Order: sequence, then structure tokens, then C-alpha cells
Amino acid sequence: MSRFRVPGRGRVNPDRPVTFRFDGRPVQGCEGDTVASALLANGIHLMGRSFKYHRPRGAVAAGSEEPNALINTRRGPGRAEPNTRATMQEIWPGLEARPQNCWPRLSFDLGAVNDRAYMLFSAGFYYKTFMWPRSFWDKLYEPVIRAAAGLGVSPSEEDPDTYASRYLHTDVLVVGAGPAGLAAARTAAEAGLRVVLVDEHAEAGGTLLSEPQARIAGLPAWDWLTAELAALKALGVRVMTRTTAIGYYHQNMIGLCQRLTDHLAELPADTPRERMWRLRAARVVLAQGALEKPLVFDGNDRPGVMLAGAAQTYLHRFGVRVGDRPVILTSHDSAWHAAFDLQDAGAKVAAIVDTRAAPPAALAGEAQARGIRVLAGFTATATSGRLRVRSVRVHPVSAGTVGAGEEIACDCLLMSGGWTPSLHLFSHTKGSLAWDEDRTTFLPADTPEDCVIAGAGRGLWGIAATLADGAEKGAEVAASLGRGASAPALPVEGDRTGSGTSHTELATDRSPSRARAFVDFQNDVTAKDLRLAVREGMRSIEHVKRYTTNGMATDQGKMSNINGLNIAADALGRAQPKVGLTTFRPPYTPTSFGAFAGYHRGGHFEVTRRTAIDPLAEAAGAVFEPVGQWRRARYFPRPGEDMDTAVARECRATRTAIGMFDASTLGKIEVVGPDAVEFMNRMYTNPWTKLQPGRCRYGLLLGDDGFIRDDGVIGRLAHDRFHVTTTTGGAARVLNMMEDYLQTEWPELDVWLTSTTEQWSTIALNGPRVAELLRPLVEGVTLTEEAFPHMSVAECTVAGMPARLFRVSFTGETGFEVNVPAPMGPALWQRLAEAGAPLGLTPYGTEAMHVMRAEKGYIIVGQDTDGTVTPADAGLTWAVGKAKPDFVGKRGLARPDLTAPGRRQLVGLLTEDGTTLLEEGAQIVLDPAQPVPMKMVGHVTSAYRSEAAGRPIALALVEGGHGRMGETVHIPMPDRTIAATITGCVFHDPENTRLKLAAPGGDA
Amino acid sequence: MLLIHCPYCDETLPELEFAHAGEAHVARPENPSAQSDAEWEEFLFIRRNVKGPHYERWRHTHGCGRFFNAVRDTVSDRFLATYPAGAPRPSLASLTGESE
Repeated sequence: MSRFRVPGRGRVNPDRPVTFRFDGRPVQGCEGDTVASALLANGIHLMGRSFKYHRPRGAVAAGSEEPNALINTRRGPGRAEPNTRATMQEIWPGLEARPQNCWPRLSFDLGAVNDRAYMLFSAGFYYKTFMWPRSFWDKLYEPVIRAAAGLGVSPSEEDPDTYASRYLHTDVLVVGAGPAGLAAARTAAEAGLRVVLVDEHAEAGGTLLSEPQARIAGLPAWDWLTAELAALKALGVRVMTRTTAIGYYHQNMIGLCQRLTDHLAELPADTPRERMWRLRAARVVLAQGALEKPLVFDGNDRPGVMLAGAAQTYLHRFGVRVGDRPVILTSHDSAWHAAFDLQDAGAKVAAIVDTRAAPPAALAGEAQARGIRVLAGFTATATSGRLRVRSVRVHPVSAGTVGAGEEIACDCLLMSGGWTPSLHLFSHTKGSLAWDEDRTTFLPADTPEDCVIAGAGRGLWGIAATLADGAEKGAEVAASLGRGASAPALPVEGDRTGSGTSHTELATDRSPSRARAFVDFQNDVTAKDLRLAVREGMRSIEHVKRYTTNGMATDQGKMSNINGLNIAADALGRAQPKVGLTTFRPPYTPTSFGAFAGYHRGGHFEVTRRTAIDPLAEAAGAVFEPVGQWRRARYFPRPGEDMDTAVARECRATRTAIGMFDASTLGKIEVVGPDAVEFMNRMYTNPWTKLQPGRCRYGLLLGDDGFIRDDGVIGRLAHDRFHVTTTTGGAARVLNMMEDYLQTEWPELDVWLTSTTEQWSTIALNGPRVAELLRPLVEGVTLTEEAFPHMSVAECTVAGMPARLFRVSFTGETGFEVNVPAPMGPALWQRLAEAGAPLGLTPYGTEAMHVMRAEKGYIIVGQDTDGTVTPADAGLTWAVGKAKPDFVGKRGLARPDLTAPGRRQLVGLLTEDGTTLLEEGAQIVLDPAQPVPMKMVGHVTSAYRSEAAGRPIALALVEGGHGRMGETVHIPMPDRTIAATITGCVFHDPENTRLKLAAPGGDA
Repeated sequence: MLLIHCPYCDETLPELEFAHAGEAHVARPENPSAQSDAEWEEFLFIRRNVKGPHYERWRHTHGCGRFFNAVRDTVSDRFLATYPAGAPRPSLASLTGESE
């Protein structure tokens, strides 16, 4: 049995010892222990180092509010978590727990030099110190600060665990399974409601676990708890432990993070580590209880200085006496019971020091009966001890004057500054708070959500009061849902009610400027820092918080916010409600990224859309690239080829024989109806009325601001039917825009819009020999220049498959696009590959497509345009139907800025050395000798090596570009400046002679 | 996550199914070409940026696909009403019980 384990106390199992490692050494605890309780059972209080000063620290609390005892937990590669609270982590055989923020070791930490230099590290230190010289920032200040910053170390390996997410709907959610929560759940469930009860601890019970002395309805508290949990189970209440309500979101949606395996020695197969529940409740009962406040005095952070309530929890729940010779320092009645219970458990309480001059006589009498020394109306001004508190210095205070001090030896100092309702989740609802002067704290007031607070969370104290309030709130909630319920009063014996007073810093006889009186333990914020922030001009509590970082650590100010507010309000000379509380934000406690990500990782992070032909491309060894959500074949390398070689070969084959390209990802929208042509006239810049069925046209889509949104070839299949194509990435956006105008601006038009992107497999065939390939395969249309000229569309069959055949080209070669029902795509691809092999047919990918379209100056919306480009800027004025009375963007094009000179216009660029390839995105200047920062006149939008042009080519947006033909511009790069000549956008076959279809039997 | 009532489906569904689509009751002029630059600027760019009840458009993107209008309080994030596109705007007084 460990030295500080108290036989017969606690809910741990002394017959099941558990050995784990802390700071490299084996430590033995019991089944049911947390890391903190097991360490305390072995007399180990030193558990970590503070963030800024690296001061030695121990556990100050016993729950999730713990700011000091942060550890790194580990179980093999990738399974490591920093900043785990030792007070929450349950032990299991083999657990490896490491202290953080110390080097070389916990007991001797070189970073503690910061502590000696504490006068330097006052509030706003970083803002004041690292300002100048500017050049020191990048090379010196930032790297050093970054190396020193942060708590704990994340694992660098991938997390091998899985995380689940679930939805849950319920009538009533009760958060917190203490007496109030248990009673609320019971009452609501008995009224016939579906109830979920959650608690962040390993077991339900809350404060009942720390108060076994009470008797409820005639039963010892723990027996009553067991019976109550059985009753809840029988009523169908879902009780979820190790489950933290992390956030309260709109309309009663609560995020619950359930930890499933962190307490287990053996990881069960197929069980996620954590499960994130998105729970929607008709009503929520918040029964989260209250958090104990530390007292603020010099040396209140030494290991062994702990909240009195935490000591009670360690004693009663874990059977651990936190010390042999405690001193109690309190302004609240509750801590007196810690003294009594520890004395009864074998400790020798050195003194109860109460800041109040007249604590309740009953308590004083009880202390006297136990032989405990009581010092009433006293303050504490200092503690001693390097790695563990050794003594506390106390003084009588009389009429505001601090009298002579006395050093009292102790091995732990148990403090209580009273209790603060846990307001976090309530604040997430945008609930308002009301200041309660008697309790010197904020209490919950109004909330827009369907939510009630029960128990200590609204300032009630004691088991009887919280049980009764829970039952009452359960009945209230049931009634609001139309269910009658009764709230029986349960008799409670041995209840410990009480009250207290509140302090800012405790009175001291020393200079307050030398006091190391901590308010926020984790971020090392002292009372002096808060007062300094106010002196330096911070008026808003939000500014004080950010200047000092009070309440900004991973514990979210659970223990520090109210003390910080009291001190700031005092320094400002204003009442607390005038100063106000900082905003609490989710999550309530640190939550793993895995729980938020759930299933959305790896291949499930985002959908990958694949065409029907994709498996054939994969089998052919294609290299893929993501385009929007699609994965597309980028090129088809042959053995030994790199991308440039493969792309050059694919281009050459297309320009001399036939290239075959999977264009299935093109967006496709079917526009159908009596008013289809009118709709097209209004949406697109081009005129559509005279376009005959069987013909196509390049369509340009603008926004009403006049800027290019999308483009694509549009075929008219019938008077009332258009086959619209869009860019691959723009399909959903274009359909949404069309639906918007159709539904809300022109509801009178009789038109239907249908996305058909995934209904068709589209194969583009380009090259001088393409007619030779297609003529034997196509039935229903004659492939001659006369019968089926460029920009035609026909419904026919290709290789026996029903098809929509387009004669279009995105390469400048004779081109066709064959659309067949999507599932037939692979068969058609294979058939064409076989039939085309003797003709030199070669599959090509998106990279060759990009090169060939750029050689012809065909733009890609989103690459050569950026949302500020007009048709005129892009050289597409010919596509705008100026005679039409209106179309989307027509009025926009007449805006003064869109017609002003000096706009960026799309031009070609040829590097003057004829060999240098420009970088896409590179900036362009006119005069490279001008001082930095230079005036940027545009940027390179597309750049490729072009075999057809015999040199690298580029497209660029340049100010007034259309008027600068032949001029030289300069592209400054990190190592040199490149000169380039402005040209037109067409680098190959400017007369479009290659688009023509060779006559049957003629030469290509 | 908000719950939103689609006036066409007549169901209250999670926000995930919907897409916000900007301020409501900003009608595209009958003849845009007749608009002055100032009027067109007003139509294109000027929005009310309301603090409080706001008339706005939503689309039931992953449901019926239809656009509808809503009144949402931008402070509390509460929906006061949703109604079909083209329906007259409900008066705030009738929704909040206060005078506008």
C-alpha cells in the first residue's frame, strides 16, 4: 500500500494494483486511480512546470479545470497526446506519462532561469521587448520565441486510432451527473421523456463521490447513488460517462465528446478512440456544478498548495491523503470540512487559517473538539519550499493592518476562496449573466435557448438544495414538454452547507510589486500583471485578458477568470458587473482534432470523383491530378519518360495523327423547354435565337458585374433543347446561378435545368486523321465538311452506341467530342483505341490539353481569368451579342471602370532568349531598374514548353496589353530578371486551317 | 447548427442542407440598360448589413433545390420566418410583436 493511501477510503480497488510510468520511473496505483491521485498516493506533488517561468507545479484541482498537472500520455507511435490533465487521465498498466515543459528533467529544469528574471517578464513583455530593430525579428526574435513557445509536443507520426461521429436526438439532455443532474434526469424520465445524462468523469455522481458522509433518503450517499443509477437505467435513461459536453450550439445542439479507449490497457479491435456526438435536445438541463476559487497570495502555486475541495475528492474518491501535515487557508466554510476529514483520516492538521474574523461558531467548535488550531481573521503572505511547500507565513489582520507574521510548517496547503458556478456552456448560448453581490460572482440569467440551470451552477449549495433544485428543474422541463411530473423532496442527513467571503489579493505586509501571487497558474499571470495592465491603459476586460493572457491557457480560465475580474475591477475602481466577464467559447475542455475530424480523413477527407473511363487510364499508367473534386489523367508516361517528354509526345501525336482525351468531367447542363432559347439569350452573352438545331456555339457567361464567370461550347439539339457544357470546376456554380435567375428573376420562363455531367462519358478526338477513324464507326451523320462542319452537333450512333457527336476543337486540330451514356464510356474508349492504333491514336492528358489550347490562345476560365476580367480584356468581344436588349452582365460591361483605359488585358508573352519558360503567377513590370517596391503591371497566367511553336510560350494579363504589341516587359525572379515580348495570344495556325475536315480518301 | 424550415418541403432541416444566398428583395431591374451608374452600383453592391432582423435568401441546395426567403435575426441567429421566393415580405411588427 502506498504511503499516503488511506485504508478503507475511496472508490479505487486496492486489490488491483496498476503500475505505470511517470517521468521515466515506475509508479504503483490502484484500479480506479487517475495519474494525479496515484502520484499523490505516493507522495509525489511535483507534476509539471509552468509555461512562462518554468516554476515547479503540482495538481491544484482534481477535475478537468486543472491548470498545472499537464502530462504527455503515450502508447506507441502516433498515440501520444500532449497537455492531458493528470487529474482526468485514468491509469492502466503500461501507461507512459511524461511531464512537459521541462529540460533536462522535471526536478531540475534549465528553463527555470526565467523565474529568476521574472521582473523582466511582466505583462505585455513580448509587445514591449521585441519591437526593434525590425531586422532582428525574422532571424532572431521569432525563431527563439517559437522554440520556447507551446506546451507539450505533438506526435509526428500519423494517428493510428479511429474516431467516430454520431447524431442523437432526445427530449432532455442533462449535463453533469451530480445530485442536481441525477435528480433532474430521474424526474424527467419518470415523466416519460427520453433522457440522456452525461458526465465528463469516469463515474457518475459528481460531488456525491466526495461526500460519502451524507445520507440521502435514509441511505448512505454511495448506496443511494448505486440505487439511483439502477433506477435511471430501468427508466431507459442513457447515462454516458467519460463524455464531455464541449459546446452548446444553436437550437439546442450540444457537442459531446465521448472518450472510449484512453483508460484501457488493451485497445479493443474496431473501437474508435473517441466518438463525437451531435446531440439535439428539446430541452437541456445544465447541472455542471461549481468550481472552487484559489486564493491569491505570494507563493500560492507551490507543489502541495491545492484547493481544499480537491483534497476532499482525493481523500474520499481515491482514498488518498494529500499530506500528513496540512494547513487550511480559507475564506469559505467548505474548506473546514477538508480539515476535519483529513484529521479523521490520520493527518495532523497544523492550523485552519480563516481570513474571516468570525467563522461560524459550530465549525470552530468542531475544530476545537478535534484539537485543531484555528486562526481567524488571518492572512497568508508567503510560502516556502522549492519543489514542495514547506511552510506558510500567516499574519493576523486587524482593521486592515497586517500584524506580526508566524511561519507554520506544513507539507500541503489547502486553500479555498469560495465557489464559482460553471458558466461555460451557459455562456455558449449567448446567455446573459447577473452579478450576485452576496456570493461575489456571476449567476446565469436569461438565455435564448431552451435551457435551464440546476444546482450549484446557479449558486445553490449543499446536497439537499441541489437535489431539490434538480428535481424541480426536471419537473419544469417535463411540464414545458407537456408532461406532468412530481418532484419529491428527499431527506438528506450529514449535508454540508456553508458560505464565505471573496477576496482580491490577500492582505500582505510586503510590497505587492514583489509578490508572486498567481491568478492564472498555467499562463503564469500574477495579480501584479493584471494591475499593471490596467495602469498601462487597458480598460476593457477583454483587453486586460489579451494583454496579460489571463484565462487564455488550455484550461480556459476555469479557475482564474473570476479572480482576474475581481482584481481588474478593483484596479479600475469599478464594480464587477460594469467591467463584465470575458466570453467563454467552445470547447469546454481541450478536444482532440481526431474527434472533430471523425471519419473525414485520408480518402474520406473529400470525395474523389472519377469518370467511367478512369480505371482504363489507371491501367494505362496515367499520372493523375486533382481538378476540383475530380481526379483527371494528367499524362500517360511511357517507360523512361518524364512529364515534359510524355506531354511533348502526346501533343505531337495529336497534331500529326490522333489524340484521344477523356473529357467526361466537363460540366453538362440540359436546358429544355419552350422558353429555353429566351433563357439562353438572357444568361449567356451570345445570341442564340438564330442558332439552328444541329449547330453549336462558344458560350460566354458573365456575372451581372460584367466579369467572366464561365465558358463552354453549347449545342442546340432542338428548338427547345440545349446541351450546355461548362468548365470542369464550374459546373455546380453555373447550375446554381442559372437556377437562381430562373427561379427568382424570371419565374415566368418555362424552362427546366438538369445537371447531366455524370450521365455522359465524353471522349474528345483531335487530329488530322480523326475523320479516318470515325467515318467507319459513325452512323446517322455524314462526316464531311459540308454535311457536318466545325461547330456542329448530331445525335447518332458511334460504334453502335447511342451518341451525341459534337464537332468542336480545343486543340486547333480537327476535333470531335463523342458523348455516350456514361457506362458505355470504357467500351467506346477501348474500341476507339483499337481502331485508332493503326492510325497513330495516342491518349493524352490534361497537361497536353493545356499546352495545345494555349498554343491556340484558348483561355481557361479561372486560370487566365480571375474574376476581374471582361470579355474585352480577354479578347472575346466577338462573343458578346451587343444587339441583344439584355443579358446577365450587359449593364455591368458599361460600368465606367470596365470601359476605362489601362485595364489588364490578355496577351501572349515570348521570352526574348527563346528558351526560358516563365513561371505561372510571376509578376510583370515595365521598368526593371525602378526602385523596390516596383509597380506591377500584370502577371503570367499560363506558361508551357511548346513544340508546335518551337519555344516556350505564355499568356499574361498586362495593363493596356492589347496596345503594347511588340513591347518588351520584364519578369523579376529571385535570381534574375527575364525579358519578354508582348504578342497576340495565338502561337499556332492563326488562320485555323487545321480545323478543316479532310475529304474522304484525301490527305490529312 | 441552425435548423431551417424549408417553406416548399414544409420541413425543418439542418443547416447543412442549405446554402445562404445573400440579401433578399433585391430585385434585378426590369431594364438594366436604362439604369444610371449610381442605380446599378446600388443594385450590384450596396447591401444593408443589418444588425437584427434581416431579410435574406437561402437555397435548399441538398433538398428540393429551390430558393426561398427568410427573416433571420443576425444578433441571435434566430429565424423569425421563411417564405417562398416572390411572396411579399412579412412585416417585422408581425414577426417580433414590436413596431418597426
